[in-house]
Amino acid sequence: MSERPMTHYVAPVGDGGPVEVDKVSLGSRRSNLWLDAWRDLRRRPLFYIALAIVAVILVASFWPSLFTSVPPNNDCMLANSNGAPEAGHPLGFTRQGCDVYSRIVWGARTSMSVGVLVVIITGAIGIPMGALAGYYGGRLDSILSRIGDVFFSVPYFLAAIVVMSVFSQYRNVVTISFAIGGFAWASLARIVRAEVLRLKGLEYVTASTALGRSKLSTLVQHVLPNSLTPVIVFLTIALGAAIVAEASLSFLGIGLGSSTMSWGNDISQAQQTIKTSPMALFWPSLALTVTVLAFIMLGELVRDALDPKARARR
Amino acid sequence: MSDSFQTQTSAASTAVEDAPLVSVRGLEVAFRTQGGTVNAVRGVDFDIFPGETVAIVGESGSGKSTTATALINLLPGNGTIAAGSIMVDGKDITRFSQRQMAAIRGGVIGYVPQDPMSNLNPVWSVGFQVEEAVRANGLATHRKDVKARAIEVLKQAGLGDAERRMQQFPHQFSGGMRQRVLIGIGLAADPKLLIADEPTSALDVTVQKTILDHLETLTREKNTAVLFITHDLGLAAERASKLIVMHRGRIVEAGASVDILTNPQHPYTQTLIAAAPSLASRRIRGMAAPGAPVLDVAALAAEHNPDHERELQEAPVTIDVKDLTKVFAIRRGSFRSEPLTAVDKISFQVRKGSTLALVGESGSGKTTAARMVLGLEPPTDGDIFVGGVNLNGLSSRGLFDLRRRMQPVFQDPYSSLDPQRSIGAAIAEPMKVHGIGDREARSARVRELLDQVSLPQSIAERYPNELSGGQRQRVAIARALALKPEVVVLDEAVSALDVLVQAQVLQLLADLQDELGLTYLFITHDLAVVRVVADEVAVMEAGRIVETGTSDQIFENAQQPYTQRLLDAIPGSGIDWGN
Repeated sequence: MSERPMTHYVAPVGDGGPVEVDKVSLGSRRSNLWLDAWRDLRRRPLFYIALAIVAVILVASFWPSLFTSVPPNNDCMLANSNGAPEAGHPLGFTRQGCDVYSRIVWGARTSMSVGVLVVIITGAIGIPMGALAGYYGGRLDSILSRIGDVFFSVPYFLAAIVVMSVFSQYRNVVTISFAIGGFAWASLARIVRAEVLRLKGLEYVTASTALGRSKLSTLVQHVLPNSLTPVIVFLTIALGAAIVAEASLSFLGIGLGSSTMSWGNDISQAQQTIKTSPMALFWPSLALTVTVLAFIMLGELVRDALDPKARARR
Repeated sequence: MSDSFQTQTSAASTAVEDAPLVSVRGLEVAFRTQGGTVNAVRGVDFDIFPGETVAIVGESGSGKSTTATALINLLPGNGTIAAGSIMVDGKDITRFSQRQMAAIRGGVIGYVPQDPMSNLNPVWSVGFQVEEAVRANGLATHRKDVKARAIEVLKQAGLGDAERRMQQFPHQFSGGMRQRVLIGIGLAADPKLLIADEPTSALDVTVQKTILDHLETLTREKNTAVLFITHDLGLAAERASKLIVMHRGRIVEAGASVDILTNPQHPYTQTLIAAAPSLASRRIRGMAAPGAPVLDVAALAAEHNPDHERELQEAPVTIDVKDLTKVFAIRRGSFRSEPLTAVDKISFQVRKGSTLALVGESGSGKTTAARMVLGLEPPTDGDIFVGGVNLNGLSSRGLFDLRRRMQPVFQDPYSSLDPQRSIGAAIAEPMKVHGIGDREARSARVRELLDQVSLPQSIAERYPNELSGGQRQRVAIARALALKPEVVVLDEAVSALDVLVQAQVLQLLADLQDELGLTYLFITHDLAVVRVVADEVAVMEAGRIVETGTSDQIFENAQQPYTQRLLDAIPGSGIDWGN
């Protein structure tokens, strides 16, 4: 190849001057995971829809009287049994002659309480179990993971049925939340463990140990905050699923006592008259579906917003 | 791109009476991203003649790999050839259909990908994958012929017992052997051009050398043209007759390798060559001319100061390692385990204010040794004294106090900082953990440290994802210095950086050492870097230290054949760089 003469080409020096090495050029906007996720969410109409639904339900569960002036139980008159909508009672009456709309509004508190309590219980058991198992490994991991596997192998709904039957005299929001959350945490523990296993090999975790932090402090300060993304997504969706589970248990008659206002109870009672007045069944079911859908949508949106790769795909 | 280059090139080619095999004109490649269209390659012209070896050199983001993938039309989904032509054998392949392109790949243009670890499918045997390539290129159709041809391909690629190897799976191969398989596949159909995209950047230098030597023999025999894509100027110059230097999507300089190395014209090329550690002949010291715009490692290194060396010889010993041993239990099945000696009775000393480089290839035990010195891994046997304190049998309180005097900087700039902590919080963390100063005193110290590592104070409130790799590494250095330690353990601290940024960080480390009297334990696989940072060198092989000496002794008069092999394998070491 030596016989082929080669030209020495030099590009015209554009901007002149020496090459600047690794100059710091910061954008005017700050950027980090949460800020970027928030910016992404703000551009998504679905996020506002889901957020609005959740907000309405939250407000209704704290101050139901803002939405309805009709008391849900006291004014029930059997004369109105399965009555059609009329002025002041837009959705008609139940079999007991109670106002359907009012009962839906007052029932939101039960559903939200169960949802939030289940999330707290699931997180309180699942996060430490998964984090300790993944972070310390070895024998502790074997023990904690086997405990998790035992709970994982029992379908949580089946377990909740058993628990609710055993504690049939304490049918309240707290019992039902423990019955659901006490068996649902195993999936969360698995997710957290996998995330912690991935993170603990990263250099900032080693660096934290090397600068003098104890292992536990490193776990709390550096590993856990970075493993939150899948946890938040899981718990948002779990909140919706817990509401469904409560309604299902109540529908089966082993959930909350019939005196408690809950969508599940109303659905359960309305099914007896499904042929004559289907709307009494329809409205609480709709409330349940919309609520659960809103939480699941929110979970999915947050998952996409927190994943830069999913953002880039859009 | 200037017209003169094109006309001159075509004039040159007619003189030798052969047409270029590949002729690229005005190539522009655009990527669609969230933030709009990004032009990765902006008007690139070059020719490759039959049998010629060309190298495209550039830093990350220069567009070198994109140019190569455009040649075989394997751009990622969001990339398109926006303008220009790529003539291969007289036909413009930018207008080719997928089917026509498939006929070109393998047969006319072979491709060797970068990462040998992920480019072979782990669930198929190696033989199956080579046979697949043979069949896809229509080299043979009958089962027996295909197999025979596949064995031949592997033999040519330098795998001696190819018959036996055919049935094995990729995980049973070393990195070097996998790369041989990939080269074999790339050359299976006797292509006219072989594109090798960073073919050996994941391999040890000695393996790299044998593989590149072998590749050179093969392609010379068959008169295959080769296009190397590399970030390593030394490797490019050693292996290619023609160099193309790319920067930000454009060609800044192109021509014969020797011309460019001895007489670089463009300021960027000049900077690049000045910063390449393989060119430097001496240790760099701190205190470069303040505000020097161009980092010149070679020139800085040339300032040889014998007084300084004598001073170092008399300095007290800061790190003293005696018969350090680490044996790991490798699990075989559920209950049995086998001992593996990762570090085998090594001893070394580092004097105050000096740098000892612990050099070795992968698996030599250098990182395990560093982790033991840092107190992150308990030694099986032996003693480590840091500033007179024995790490062995130290209480957790004692270890905590010792950590104030010894801090690490790790390799990967993308994982060494917690993404959820601001830069300021990351740098202040060691002070917080050790309870030093109040909030105000700490933030003042953070500003001071940012100044020391030449970063603007305003980044304290920003997050790591806004910084480049080099800048993150400077933040990691600032964090290591926050407690005013005596010892800094640098574990491959510059290995992941581009050459200019690497030179900048090396200069920073030298400045800080001079200013603060720091003692460095520098762990690296890269001997070229060792030359410019180390006062003393300890070479590790399979857990043992095989040779120690001053940097000059090792580089000018290595005693052990292993050290000699390592030195010979540094890309560019065989070249007379001129001056």
